[in-house]
Amino acid sequence: MIRTLPQSRGYSISFKIYIILFFVFLFAPLLITCILAFNDSIFPALPWKGFTLDWFFSEGPERIGIFHDQINLASIWVSFKTAFFVALFSTVVGTCGAFLFEQETFRFKQLLYFLMLAPLVIPGVILGISILLFSNTLGLFVEGRFGVDISLLRPGFWLVVLGQFSFITTLVTLIVSAQLKKFDYSLEEAAMNLGANRFQVIFHITLRFLKPALLGAMAVAFLMSFENFNTTLFLVGSDATLPINLYLQVRDGSTPVINAISFLLIIGTSSLALLNLFLQRKHSK
Amino acid sequence: MKTLAEAKSKLPLFIFLTPILLWLFLLIVLPHLDLLRMSFRIENDYGDMAWSVNNYLEFFREPIYWLTFARTALYAIIVTFLTLCISLPVAFYITKVAPPRFKGFLSLLLLMPFWVSELVRVYGWMILLRESGVINHFLLKWGILRQPVEMLYNDVAMTMGLVYTSMLFMVVPLLSVLDNLDDSLIEAAFDLGSTTPTIVWKIIIPHAMPGIASGSIVVFMLTLGNYLTPNLMGGKNSLWFTEQIYNQFIASFNWNQGSAFGFLLLIISSLIIFAGLKLTNQKLSRVVQ
Repeated sequence: MIRTLPQSRGYSISFKIYIILFFVFLFAPLLITCILAFNDSIFPALPWKGFTLDWFFSEGPERIGIFHDQINLASIWVSFKTAFFVALFSTVVGTCGAFLFEQETFRFKQLLYFLMLAPLVIPGVILGISILLFSNTLGLFVEGRFGVDISLLRPGFWLVVLGQFSFITTLVTLIVSAQLKKFDYSLEEAAMNLGANRFQVIFHITLRFLKPALLGAMAVAFLMSFENFNTTLFLVGSDATLPINLYLQVRDGSTPVINAISFLLIIGTSSLALLNLFLQRKHSK
Repeated sequence: MKTLAEAKSKLPLFIFLTPILLWLFLLIVLPHLDLLRMSFRIENDYGDMAWSVNNYLEFFREPIYWLTFARTALYAIIVTFLTLCISLPVAFYITKVAPPRFKGFLSLLLLMPFWVSELVRVYGWMILLRESGVINHFLLKWGILRQPVEMLYNDVAMTMGLVYTSMLFMVVPLLSVLDNLDDSLIEAAFDLGSTTPTIVWKIIIPHAMPGIASGSIVVFMLTLGNYLTPNLMGGKNSLWFTEQIYNQFIASFNWNQGSAFGFLLLIISSLIIFAGLKLTNQKLSRVVQ
């Protein structure tokens, strides 16, 4: 049954086979995607026709590798910018949220806390359409009242940033709060007794203590933003993010360039995730 | 703590509170109120906007709408159940059966695929399953099939894709509850002569219930709101409710109808989460962590 108890041979072997099958199921699609990025064929399919790096470096005209593919490169750049701003804003506001819910007392705190969790249970599609609607309503109102057209309120880069920010901030708040719970308040008290004011304490002591959690939260926010599809779908303007752009290509047929992008994404995200994990472990020791 | 509380002025509270209030009211509360308002507006015969419940009536009048809705909910339940059945043995193996030194490695291995974008994962399944895909290639090569078979674009492929996509959110809570299960309980039951099925039903599942509940709630919610997987892996007939919303917004440009659908999805999703939490006596704040 469990490792300390005697197990029948059949039980232990069949369990092992199940686990192996499970991991095959888990990794098969990713592995095959990576392998086919190097296949010397114009379709992302078998048979294997030899190893090539064309889908990364070829300059065209028949095959355009990802590093020369202007449309895909542009969308990667858009995603980077979006993720940068989302990570920045959500970390700042999320940290405020963590301080607010962990250290302050005020009326309606429970209600506000509940509201803060809400973005996690609202489907991303709904978040997208409601922000689209509201920005449109606001835009129409401002235009009717003041005669100014605010491009910020139309689908586009900043609306995508706001849409992703709206739920990623909740995650950041939770991550930072978890770390803040472990904080030893006697350190703050000591600093205050020595004459520091609240902001000096926060900057010199609490934030320093939170630094690993803040970096971790920022990395998570960056990844979540970089990969977001559901909310972005409704808010995107003319400059598509990478997931939107890939979606359009996958829907209308595919070339091994998508495999090459996927390969880079898999390598990129897993190294970021591993680095993050490694840093967290190092700090917790 | 007291000295800290006394030294506090109101200033920090306002500095922390302002961005949070701006965020929650401008990006969450007001947009959803606007969604509700829009869902009750229709264009009348004169081309003006008027209040009406017509958008909601339309949902019940047109079978395609409520059938899609029921289908989506049904499939979300099936996906949640399948995900649970697949994940529970895996979580049990990692926490209880595997040698302890592999535990960290196996859990890490389990989480890796989920750092990768959902789109990449779905794309991987597409190149495996489609008619010119990798699985067909091997089946033909080994002589199991004579003709390639289209395995993508049907409900089975879609269900599998959804299970694959949401696995993480089931496995993680299960790992944490099973990790807390004391081995000696199982050992005691075993020594007293219990069979494996009895141990599973009487000890493991009751103990894992909080994890099962929170995993199921999250998986159900994410599946209900998924757009990518049903859209790319489902067939022409496997319409998902989020696709209906998308069609109303982007294709038909009927934002009022789309808002009504969106609001219905929000209501059903919240109701089921609420019911799930009540039934299992849990708090939202615990589940999401």
